[in-house]
Amino acid sequence: MSSLLQALIRIGAVCRKEVLHLIHDRLTFGMVVMIPLFQLVLFGYTINTDVRQVPAGLVDQPANSFSRQLALDLEATQVLHFIARCATPQELEGRIRDGELSAGLVIPPDAEERYQLGDRPTAQLVVDGSDTMVAGALRQLANFRFAPGRTLSNRDTPQAISVRLLYNPERRAALFTVPGLLGVILTMTMIMFTSIAIVRERERGNMELLIATPIRNLELMIGKIIPYIGIGLLQVSVILFLGVLLFAIPVAGKLLEIYTVCLIFILANLTLGLMISTLARNQLAAMQMFIFVFLPSMLLSGFMFPFVAMPRVARQLAEVLPLTHFLRIIRGIILRGEPLTGMGADIGYLLGFATLFLAISAFRFSKRLE
Amino acid sequence: MEAVIRVRGLSKRFGDFTAVDQVDMSIPPHGVYGFLGPNGSGKTTAIRMMCGLLAPTAGEIEVLGMRIPEQTELIRRQVGYMTQKFSMYADLTILQNMEFMARIMGVRRAEQRGRIRELLQRFRLEPFSRRLAGALSGGQKRRLALAAAVIHQPRLLLLDEPTSEVDPNTRREFWDELFLMCESGTTVLVTTHLMDEAERCHHLAIINEGRKVADGSPEALKGQLGAGVFAIDGPQITAIRNHLEGVSQVLATTRIGLSLRVMLMPGVVDGLDWLREHLAGFTAGIEPAGATIEDVFVMATRENGAKGAGGAGR
Ligand SMILES: Nc1ncnc2c1ncn2[C@@H]1O[C@H](COP(=O)(O)OP(=O)(O)O)[C@@H](O)[C@H]1O
Ligand SMILES: [Mg+2]
Repeated sequence: MSSLLQALIRIGAVCRKEVLHLIHDRLTFGMVVMIPLFQLVLFGYTINTDVRQVPAGLVDQPANSFSRQLALDLEATQVLHFIARCATPQELEGRIRDGELSAGLVIPPDAEERYQLGDRPTAQLVVDGSDTMVAGALRQLANFRFAPGRTLSNRDTPQAISVRLLYNPERRAALFTVPGLLGVILTMTMIMFTSIAIVRERERGNMELLIATPIRNLELMIGKIIPYIGIGLLQVSVILFLGVLLFAIPVAGKLLEIYTVCLIFILANLTLGLMISTLARNQLAAMQMFIFVFLPSMLLSGFMFPFVAMPRVARQLAEVLPLTHFLRIIRGIILRGEPLTGMGADIGYLLGFATLFLAISAFRFSKRLE
Repeated sequence: MEAVIRVRGLSKRFGDFTAVDQVDMSIPPHGVYGFLGPNGSGKTTAIRMMCGLLAPTAGEIEVLGMRIPEQTELIRRQVGYMTQKFSMYADLTILQNMEFMARIMGVRRAEQRGRIRELLQRFRLEPFSRRLAGALSGGQKRRLALAAAVIHQPRLLLLDEPTSEVDPNTRREFWDELFLMCESGTTVLVTTHLMDEAERCHHLAIINEGRKVADGSPEALKGQLGAGVFAIDGPQITAIRNHLEGVSQVLATTRIGLSLRVMLMPGVVDGLDWLREHLAGFTAGIEPAGATIEDVFVMATRENGAKGAGGAGR
């Protein structure tokens, strides 16, 4: 027998054993379905929060003092912040689609004339509607009154800004929340399952038997995560099914992409959990470490609060978390129909993360009792 | 023939506590080698080091001619290890546990079923093969653990207190199995704190407080015992025991049923006469008694606090 075949047999043996544990432990198995169900229903609606400094683009076609004043005054509301200039409305929309910008102001060549006549809106604010919280805040700018050179009452000035939502024009929060929940639920269950995978062997006294066998570290690690990949994909299916059924999430035609990304994300979380499991001395410690990772994922990844509106430090911290990258990808796919090819950096990060943590786990795990 | 396990200067410290202290040992092939010592004497720690599960603080270990830790993985394919504490998966059935072990130990696929069935039959586990391991009785658990430990037909079997917590019948069967395995060429190392079990071993090492205090065959050990052992009976043995307490010529006294076993210090010449003289005021029948392993143990451990065999009794 070749040594590779032997390794595969050992991995298979561990896999099967883990599945048997799962089947025996009906509670855990039930959680696989119950967690998505509860969370989807609970988080059906999100909490609205203050949104500031949304990164926006500017298409300044007249490029005169009037248009500059308009842009400055709008920026003074602090709701948005122009970080890029675009030559055409098409370029602006492209950059919004790629997720680089969340909104953009288009000032047409005849802006000043429009303003004087007051029959049509002076400028248009194009908003990425996929993040309902950001969209909600930007929609308030429709009430913005522009009075260049004057400090007049708002009453007689015309409406300067019209707001157009690019995606999710019906502003359905669920469209935004459900892909987010997909990520949160996977983070929660995947890390939780594997974070106790090794600790449990230790606590139940099976470790001494297991490490006295010829199994290698990497084989044990791989054998332990494979069954949970299946569990994770099952959860993805449950969530997508419920999402389509309850909230009419549009997934048609994107299923392959969604599953691919979810698979990569599942791997990242499983390996992170595995690493926790090699660190923790008991199940309680594993749970504490899990929460240590899970809370920031909830709060910083852009699931709870809009990523663009967070302080810089928080955003940098969030870049470390797999969930941040996953949310960016999955919202791009489900809400904006972005192609996977445009999200190489985020996908690459998740793959690298999974590889790194699998290696760390195998390295850290010691076939010793100490 | 080559020694199956060879150990030189083996020590293990946990913090500043020394659990195994400078042990030298050479275990010959094809026999049952016993590790006798009271609880906490370092038997488990020593056996764990021989499996590569603990790193020695000092010393060298060679198992089946291979060195630990360098060749641990190779060694593991030829060694069966049964842990002191039950370590099979409680939420898997007997069959599932056996299948897991067969695969992980690299038993050929074609042979797995036959091998598992044979072992389950041999260890009388077949009727319960679909029962969860956690629901088994103490004796059944031990039999399962032994069956799992030999699934890959190891050349060396390390058993850590395999018969603690089992009834005498199961224990006898267990030993019959061990002798069968020996006959088919396996070397068995077994730890125990039971004196009568130690008598069955072909070869014995007595461990106390981490140190090897004696080794040899049980017969040789008993034969070398340089002390007289006597059995005293009569109505006054409690009084006699009190009388002998603290007398410098007496090494240990043990009540066994209606009689009292007295072991004299080595060097007391004509022990029987000395005892008769010393107990002249009592009604007592005094007879020379054959030495037991317990006597050997008491003798061997007398330097480190000669408190008798209290910790290592039956
Ligand atoms: N991991 C450990 N850490 C600290 N002390 C230990 C550890 N393992 C064993 N000991 C101590 O070493 C001594 C020998 O233990 P052990 O080898 O289990 O003895 P035995 O198997 O003969 O009963 C005991 O006093 C025990 O408390
Ligand atoms: Mg022990």
